[in-house]
Amino acid sequence: MQATRPSAAIALAASTAPKRSLTWYLSWAMLLLLLAASWRGADMRPFDLWRDSGNMATYAADFFPPDFTQWRLYAHEMVITLQIALWGTVLAVVTAVPMALLASANIVPWWVYQPIRRFMDGCRAINEMVFAMLFVVAVGLGPFAGVLALWIHTTGVLAKLFSETVEAIDPQPVEGIRSTGASAMHEIVYGVIPQVIPMWISFTLYRLESNVRSASVVGMVGAGGIGVVLWEIIRGFQYAETGAVMLIIIVTVSAIDLLSAHVRKLLV
Amino acid sequence: METVLRIQQLNKHFPNGKHALRDVNLNVLRGEMVALIGASGSGKSTLLRHIAGLVVADGASESLIEVDGCCVQRGGRVSRDIRRVRANIGFVFQQFNLVSRLPVLVNVMVGLLHRTPRWRGWLRLFTPQQRAQAVDALQRVGIAECHAQRASTLSGGQQQRAAIARALVQGAKVVLADEPIASLDPESSRKVMEILTRINREDRCTVIVSLHQVEMALKYCPRVVALHQGQVVFDGPSTTLTPALLRELYGVQVDEILPSHTPTPTHAPQSDGVPVHMLPQPALASWRAAGA
Repeated sequence: MQATRPSAAIALAASTAPKRSLTWYLSWAMLLLLLAASWRGADMRPFDLWRDSGNMATYAADFFPPDFTQWRLYAHEMVITLQIALWGTVLAVVTAVPMALLASANIVPWWVYQPIRRFMDGCRAINEMVFAMLFVVAVGLGPFAGVLALWIHTTGVLAKLFSETVEAIDPQPVEGIRSTGASAMHEIVYGVIPQVIPMWISFTLYRLESNVRSASVVGMVGAGGIGVVLWEIIRGFQYAETGAVMLIIIVTVSAIDLLSAHVRKLLV
Repeated sequence: METVLRIQQLNKHFPNGKHALRDVNLNVLRGEMVALIGASGSGKSTLLRHIAGLVVADGASESLIEVDGCCVQRGGRVSRDIRRVRANIGFVFQQFNLVSRLPVLVNVMVGLLHRTPRWRGWLRLFTPQQRAQAVDALQRVGIAECHAQRASTLSGGQQQRAAIARALVQGAKVVLADEPIASLDPESSRKVMEILTRINREDRCTVIVSLHQVEMALKYCPRVVALHQGQVVFDGPSTTLTPALLRELYGVQVDEILPSHTPTPTHAPQSDGVPVHMLPQPALASWRAAGA
């Protein structure tokens, strides 16, 4: 009995090993082929990096030392960027909650969740920058266009994440609520929401982080915040000022990331 | 005595083709305490879930289930106002089915939702009277001190008692308990069974409890309904249910509902709280003597 075991294991290993290595080789070959095919499309010129390294060093040197003389303006615009991110995220949560419930297969029939899911796919598929450009035309230049852009895109993202959580709940407590004669809305309020709320909070904080990053660029198309300043000084070749603004963005985004990671740990 | 539960011609096939309930006909009178026994897979849970309208019977059939004069389902269609009918039916689940992140008190007050104005229910705005009512129910099941804790922090026995408190505030006329003690230790099982007996006696609640093991049924329930492969094979006073009859009804499966059964009855001392691991002839005798 004991003598046969190792030999059986070897036989098993021998029978599985070549199979695995074949798929392994194939996957790598596929990946390399794909990379090779994309070389020209992506305009890969690695030697230019080396050839023009002198130019780039001069260019990079222009950013230093960063020029903080207008720091009051930068700080003010950075605060506006945070405010855009905050409003965009909060509005998105408000709309994502009903959308998520309407997109969950264990809450509504397929003829409700299928169209809602496709609608949310649409909101998610288009980048904030694109929405920002469209809203700048619709509501004019300024932060409000940025808020609307973040709202639409984040609704699509959060609705998907939220509804995946809803579909993973334990159905037993919900049945417990149902058995008392409570309504469908009660089942959601008492049976579903308490189960998903920790995950929902976590996702929301995560999206708030990414929205601070996004809000700092939507300004580049005129939708308010630090992005507007960044775009103007880059176009004005004011590299020392650009360095200062980039540093401010890095510090703020890192601070928000750390803060939200901390809050998430506390809540979940 | 009026009939509080009426089941006629109930048949259920599962999608996998299994005939889970076969021509079940059952009447239960108000105030009865009925044990539903049978091996696992015999249809106990399925039957109880049909009574609560959580599952529908075969379509295009003559089946009918009525609770307290209101139709739960007929011919494989759940009644239109099932939610109002369910308010009369308390359901106690094997896995308790509480919402673990909500406080015990809120879990109990869920039983009041069916007669709370909608907007109050949606916003979880319960009145002081409703809170008092829920604390009262928790007191009756002996866990009032846990009311502010999250349900997940309670032991299994305490969670099951909270679930019974939910059925109590609900004002259920019929309490269906689906294997309420299958996941509990012997001491908690005893408490839960005694609470069920008490609400049966004090609140004139009709109680139908499915049990895996016959000894509990005989100890607490005057009437036993035995299911075997989806069929009612016995329905009568528990005093007439002897091991010999059970063996006849269940064949080899009897071992599952009569654990560690020995052919010759031993006179094991029977005291409260001590689990009896075999169907004791003396216990049956004392049951008869008690005239229950």
